[in-house]
Amino acid sequence: MHDSDILVIGGGNAALCAAITAAEAGATVTLLECAPRHYRGGNSRHTRNIRTMHHAPMHPLIEAYPEEEYYQDLVKVTGGDTNEDLARHVIRTSEPGIAWMKAHGVRFQPSLGGTLHLGRTNAFFLGGGKALVNSYFHAAEQLGVKILYEAEAVDLEIENNLFKAAVVKHEGVEKRITAKAVVIAAGGFESNLEWLEEAWGAPARNFLIRGTPYNMGKMLRVLIDRGAKQIGDPTQCHAAAIDARAPKFDGGIVSRVDCVSLGVVVNRDGLRFYDEGEDFWPKRYAIWGRLIALQPDQIGYCIIDRKPIGRFMPPVFPGFKADSIAELAQKMQLPVDTVVKTLADYNAAVKPGQFDHTIQDNCRTEGLVPEKTHWALKIDEPPYYGYPLRPGITFTYLSVDVTKEARIKMNSGDVAPNMFAAGEIMAGNILSKGYLAGIGMTIGTAFGRIAGEEAARHVKH
Amino acid sequence: MSNTEFIIRLPSDTPALMAEGARQMGICNSCRYCEGYCAVFPAMERRLEFNGGDLNYLANLCHNCGECYYACQYSPPHEFAINIPQMLGEIRAKSYKTYAWPAPLAKLFDCNGLFVAFALTLGIAGIFFLATLMSGNGVALTQVRSDGNFYGVIPHTAMAGVFGVVSLFVLAALVAGFMNFWRDAGENLAEFTRPFALYEALKDIATLKNLDGDSGVGCTYPGEQPSQARRWFHHLTFYGFLLCFAATTVGTIYHYVFGWIAPYALTSLPVLLGTAGGIGLAIGPAGLWWLKSRRDAATATPSQSGMDIAFIVLLILTSVTGLVLLALRDTSWMGVTLIIHLGAVMALFVSLPYGKFVHGIYRGAALVKFALEKRRPGLNLGSD
Repeated sequence: MHDSDILVIGGGNAALCAAITAAEAGATVTLLECAPRHYRGGNSRHTRNIRTMHHAPMHPLIEAYPEEEYYQDLVKVTGGDTNEDLARHVIRTSEPGIAWMKAHGVRFQPSLGGTLHLGRTNAFFLGGGKALVNSYFHAAEQLGVKILYEAEAVDLEIENNLFKAAVVKHEGVEKRITAKAVVIAAGGFESNLEWLEEAWGAPARNFLIRGTPYNMGKMLRVLIDRGAKQIGDPTQCHAAAIDARAPKFDGGIVSRVDCVSLGVVVNRDGLRFYDEGEDFWPKRYAIWGRLIALQPDQIGYCIIDRKPIGRFMPPVFPGFKADSIAELAQKMQLPVDTVVKTLADYNAAVKPGQFDHTIQDNCRTEGLVPEKTHWALKIDEPPYYGYPLRPGITFTYLSVDVTKEARIKMNSGDVAPNMFAAGEIMAGNILSKGYLAGIGMTIGTAFGRIAGEEAARHVKH
Repeated sequence: MSNTEFIIRLPSDTPALMAEGARQMGICNSCRYCEGYCAVFPAMERRLEFNGGDLNYLANLCHNCGECYYACQYSPPHEFAINIPQMLGEIRAKSYKTYAWPAPLAKLFDCNGLFVAFALTLGIAGIFFLATLMSGNGVALTQVRSDGNFYGVIPHTAMAGVFGVVSLFVLAALVAGFMNFWRDAGENLAEFTRPFALYEALKDIATLKNLDGDSGVGCTYPGEQPSQARRWFHHLTFYGFLLCFAATTVGTIYHYVFGWIAPYALTSLPVLLGTAGGIGLAIGPAGLWWLKSRRDAATATPSQSGMDIAFIVLLILTSVTGLVLLALRDTSWMGVTLIIHLGAVMALFVSLPYGKFVHGIYRGAALVKFALEKRRPGLNLGSD
């Protein structure tokens, strides 16, 4: 006798989609959330939208976003290193996914103020990801899903590629929970500082974790140790440049610094290192974490003058403020002469143009290494502001390999018949590097539903 | 689901509370996930800093539903400790005192239950005194009056005179309070008269748009699941109040314009309006009270609770005694019932500027300001 038909390990978007789908297909489901109720939902509680393909305007999305365009956007950020079959499958499922989400209590809203670029491609959740997670937990409860909080799966019993039971720490004791099938949607290993250091070396000590502190990668490690096929590079992840003063964990969206494209960024040595105006910030914020991770001491400093104030999202941590570049450099403990020279060289290289931060304008530098190719205005009107930046890890891409049915592939070449994976723990099949805003939720929703459906089908047979 | 263990204690002195308000709004303004819930967030996004006037405006724009609390990734025990409904609730409670006119009477907000109890006692006693004075003896009070003639207990002139004087004072106090709010919000009077803004605000009030959660499923009140209950009970209260007011107005017109003297027939317009309004004004506040008793402590404002319940009790007392009066108007109980009813109405009137009723004035004015602001150029935060 099994404790329930299906065990879902994880409490974020993918896990909930799987639990709801399986329960609706008639299976009995137990869901393990390792966080306490207040912090339930994994990284999904920090999300705000889902990238969605659509043929025609579809509330809350405008115009159309066809499959091919979506796929090409993904190819651009990953350099083509993606599983096309799985990627297209995810993209196609996203369109009907919106109606499914609405049916399970998710409410949508037009794209948030200042995110007009995403109004066509990304559907925004009313209230953000925590509201979505709340709706899904409620829907799951209504369907009779047994939800255990502060229940951490620490090991899996697998025999001949068959899942038998999970070892779970709950209420101070370790117990075995059996099921006919398991859906593992327990996230990446981004909260595991030791594992990050294993992958990145000492620089990892300077990383901040933007999301949940509960994604320790325990299930990912257990699966890999038990013969699941690993996919992806452990250093690849979604990493944004965030304020260096943000909390170590869980700072979420407000830790962002959105004035990079309106200013310049120097490193610890006072030197620029990348084109700040390469593209719109929403398309570039997710590469800047990695850029800063590769700089000495993993720190950068964004410098602006008076002009951009009021043109970017207000930061939570007030910037360092000074009446001269030298004074600002001193306040941020940077080499004063180098910073002054970097800014002077930059100002001298700025060509006249028509500034417009809503388009890729023609304000650029000439003769600099690296150039700033858009929105390059002279930084010469005090007061000057400086924001220290650190890499902020959102989630890691190291994954287990899966089939289109979300079944976990084993190193032996076999496919596990009753072990399914969804969400971050398999996102590396689609995301090898780079990031496309809102695709994490698309992958989680698509594969969560697939895993739930396939697990329920397996249980019935 | 109550999250009482995570409730943070807000500072009670005003400067510290305002500093805490500015801190929370600053974090909130960097996130903006709740933008679609209600008017508070679009209004917040027009600002980069939050001074006292801004916070008072946002606090009175807030309908205190709790959606943004449940959706918040930064609510306690997160170190950012964001709880917008509770923080704005505390600021709102303080703002009522700040705007009160005349200023010394602001103290009545501090001990609102006691004040309302006094008002009620004095109201009933005063009306009784008036009735006794007018009739010269107690006979009129217990006389069976098959004609249901109220003016046999208290002559019309006395009744209209007393209520007229009180109404004028109440009106002056409410207008002065409104002026204080409007000035604090940085607006001038001419702006208030713009028809489009008045129209939009009235529409928001009439439909309680800000309590629909933007998708017609209602809002998270009293608990975590969205519900339309509060909206409907408030509609019953609000429209019940308006119908009662309309009944009185029609009665006044009958009296002075047409010379038709009360009591009016059961099928007459004033009685029909008053009956419908009275029923709404009995069920609505009772429902709001019931919801309030089930409110998640995490989003409640305990310092406002006494005032809220005092107002609810007065509304129920007024409507129920009015309905009872109608039922008993042809019996010997009419005199006594009339005195209690008029006493309740008097207490309600007197406490209008110093109780929960003022939320309607300031929220209405805040919605007018919101409509005005929408047409003004805002910040352009551009690419993200």
